[in-house]
Amino acid sequence: MRLSSPNLTHNCLKIALFTLSLLLISLNAPLAQDAETAPDTAVTIEQAVDSANVAPLPAVNVMVADLPNDKGGAVLVSWELSPDDDGNGKVSGYLVQRSESKDGPFETAGNAVRGATKFTDNKTDDDKVYFYKVAAYFEYLDAAEEKIRITSAATVTGPVQSSAQWFNMNRLYVLLFMLFVAGAIIFYIEKAKKGDEIYIRKIAGIDAVDEAVGRATEMGKKIFYIPGIQDMNDVQTIASIAILGRVAQMAAEYDTWLEVPVSKSMVLVTAREAMKEAYTKVGRPDALQDAQVHYLTDDQFGYAAAIDGMIVREKPATIFYMGAFFAESLILAETGNSVGAIQIAGTAQPAQLPFFVAACDYTLIGEELFAASAYLSREPRQLGSLKGQDMGKGLFILCIIVGVILATLNVWDMSVIFASK
Amino acid sequence: MRRQIPILITTIAGLVFAISYFIPHDPFGESESIFGDWITIVQAFAVWLGALNLLKISFEKISSKSADRHYAAIIIVSLIGTLAVGFYDGYSGMAQDPQVSFRDPGTNFDWLYRFIYTPLSATMFSMLAFFVASASYRAFRARNVQATLLLIAGFFVMGGRVPLFDMMISPITDFPVFSWFADWIMTYPNTAGQRAIMIGIALGIMSSSLRIILGIERSHIGGGSG
Amino acid sequence: MLSTIAMILSAIVGLSLIYLLIRTIQGHPVERRIVFVYIGLAVVLPLLMNKTLPLPVTKDVRKLYDRLEQLQPGSKVLCAFDYDPPSAPELQPMAVAFLKYAFKKDFKIIIMGLWPQGPQQAQQAIEEAMLDPIIAGKNLVQGEDWVNLGFQSGNEFVIQSMGTEFKRMFPKDNRRIPYEDIPLLQNVVNFSNVDFVMNFSAGKPGTYEWVQFGVDRFGFELGAGNTAVQAPMMYPYLRAGQLKGLLGGMIGAAEFEKVLNEKGKASTFLLAQTFAHATVIIFIIIGNLAFFASRKKKTAGAR
Repeated sequence: MRLSSPNLTHNCLKIALFTLSLLLISLNAPLAQDAETAPDTAVTIEQAVDSANVAPLPAVNVMVADLPNDKGGAVLVSWELSPDDDGNGKVSGYLVQRSESKDGPFETAGNAVRGATKFTDNKTDDDKVYFYKVAAYFEYLDAAEEKIRITSAATVTGPVQSSAQWFNMNRLYVLLFMLFVAGAIIFYIEKAKKGDEIYIRKIAGIDAVDEAVGRATEMGKKIFYIPGIQDMNDVQTIASIAILGRVAQMAAEYDTWLEVPVSKSMVLVTAREAMKEAYTKVGRPDALQDAQVHYLTDDQFGYAAAIDGMIVREKPATIFYMGAFFAESLILAETGNSVGAIQIAGTAQPAQLPFFVAACDYTLIGEELFAASAYLSREPRQLGSLKGQDMGKGLFILCIIVGVILATLNVWDMSVIFASK
Repeated sequence: MRRQIPILITTIAGLVFAISYFIPHDPFGESESIFGDWITIVQAFAVWLGALNLLKISFEKISSKSADRHYAAIIIVSLIGTLAVGFYDGYSGMAQDPQVSFRDPGTNFDWLYRFIYTPLSATMFSMLAFFVASASYRAFRARNVQATLLLIAGFFVMGGRVPLFDMMISPITDFPVFSWFADWIMTYPNTAGQRAIMIGIALGIMSSSLRIILGIERSHIGGGSG
Repeated sequence: MLSTIAMILSAIVGLSLIYLLIRTIQGHPVERRIVFVYIGLAVVLPLLMNKTLPLPVTKDVRKLYDRLEQLQPGSKVLCAFDYDPPSAPELQPMAVAFLKYAFKKDFKIIIMGLWPQGPQQAQQAIEEAMLDPIIAGKNLVQGEDWVNLGFQSGNEFVIQSMGTEFKRMFPKDNRRIPYEDIPLLQNVVNFSNVDFVMNFSAGKPGTYEWVQFGVDRFGFELGAGNTAVQAPMMYPYLRAGQLKGLLGGMIGAAEFEKVLNEKGKASTFLLAQTFAHATVIIFIIIGNLAFFASRKKKTAGAR
């Protein structure tokens, strides 16, 4: 093929312009800062950027798809990097545009930073069909500190329509595990209802509750029950209130003052209700006083300070710490220890367990807290649920053993089934 | 009826939350957010309940001339004082242009936050250092083999988390024995133990939740089991 | 001068510990209050010395830094400040170091808090970061380069709702400007529109909730800065890749400052922590000596 003379001239001009533009743009940062002293050059820049040749190459292989496993209203736009997006600063980012028609007009759906290869458009309507364009752009400040953006050409990709899914496939294995565990729990609850004997191992911490309440009665001192610093939406607090119900019954029977300082208003209401029920059950509803359950503060260390003060002033014989505790655990438990109180703790916060173990007489570790209410009630259905829970644990142990063997033999990495996607 | 309605609400909310984890499609996806909004609203209103209870108990302590009445007085003054400052700043801030929130830097409330609340709270938290020391002093004893292992692990983790101990052995070896061993303990035995406890806790939560959803566990709503 | 006095006092305190050790062997156990006094001195005296210690950077801190380095200028980073003043000595230095780094790298920062005091801590951290001459020179604009969405109650439910729409939980920023009028938040609908999430956490709600209700459900990338007490709980998530990196306690903050080449508060506080650790270890030794001494006495008595 022979190049015609006008073509050659045109190409040469293009190359010259392109080179000049690149040179000027590469000088742009210092030029922009020195704008006041170099006004002539700035004009040249503007002239240069008018040339389409400085625009970066567009993103390639643009793909659009409905965002999977969502509730609709979102489209995932993905692409491969522009050949100019190689870290040399020729690409500042990507402009994602959207239209309901292939021919436009296109509106901005969003921007993505350079090096990005996907963008989620979260503003789609499930009833509509969309077309997308992904253009690379180069952005700089001109002499007047105005942002100038040079955008590449872009091809239209589509159509695509967003939709909501009826099942999140990423969670299939979680569902299977959940069904197994829930099934086992319900199965054993039903079995227990029919009168099957359920064995439950001794939990020293819970067995000591009776002794702890009795000690306070003998000494004529108070019992403090601290239900943690979380609200009623934490299962640990619910478990704690369930245990409180049992402890309150014993306290009511022995006529011992049980005081419950709380740090959340909802816990105040719930704890008071549980206490009222417990006192009514043993036939002493009038013995319960308002001051027994009271709110202190939502603030973590304000709560700890208030309880520490109460412990030091009133020197209770027994202190229960049941529920969700954080850094205040040791501050409370050490103060309780210093006044010689018998202390029983229970929490599902693994980080606080060492502190309670060090400072308390008995500690319910993790799941024991959740089992405590069932253990104290000796109610068959509740005990049945514990057995079902153990079956779940058995399944996990089995999976761990099989997973370790498969991974060791380099057959299959079982953990991928639970990987976040 | 007083028990049935809460149980019904619990069951419905529990099931919706469980189902919406697997089904993103409406109505489940949306209802999860709606329940979340409800919780936020209920919690926001409940704050007043606690504050009023605190005031009531404190006033009762003062009127009954309890031994704690001085503390009760401090509580009342602090609570009402902080509230008043917050309201004043919020009210006067609305008149300014641009509007200033009571929490913005430079307000009286911000002063209370920075120079009273912050040091008081930090003081309470810093007490942990003293209690960790006294608890370690009392509990870390080589009573038996397990306790000795715990003691050794604790020694290396405490020594390995700060650079001094590796610096001390640097004339003997360049290998950071303490930090390496601390990192190994944290990465392997600690992670394994944490995972085991977390799996147990997760199953315990599941079992408890199921008991609550099915209405078997009712003591938290003032009802006996079953 | 003050530094020299502090060093001399530290040496005296060190010697007195040896005396305590000998007293314990002689059968005089140490009282709890003595332990408290020594811990107090171990924390206060090093703060007067203004000395830093050489520190290796552990892999969990390095991992976070490496991941952040991959983010491009203009990347949107959501920062959740889930802590309050008590834990600020540990978390504030890492938050300041992080913000300084992020602003220098031209990341766009979206701040929020699940703790009421979190956004106020963030405001203080921003004020401190802005004192850096490089950052001050950038003339960063609130609303364009960073935004503080404030606090929202509801704990994990906030994260859950943000998975659908940020605006739902934060209709206005802390200046009461509507979400849709904030330039930085144009096209930021939910987690899929942010490039990285960084959480500074002192408890619940915190990193645990961000992993369980955020990473697991919405798949974003999460880094965390935790108090030393909480950090061990995060190792399972770190190993599983659900956390991209972890700054654990004061030492994590100091390592982060080192990797960023920033001399911040954590590096200065580290000496105090070192002395406190050493003191606790010495008291554990003393406690064990007392234990063995009493056991010996009992055995002798039994004979």
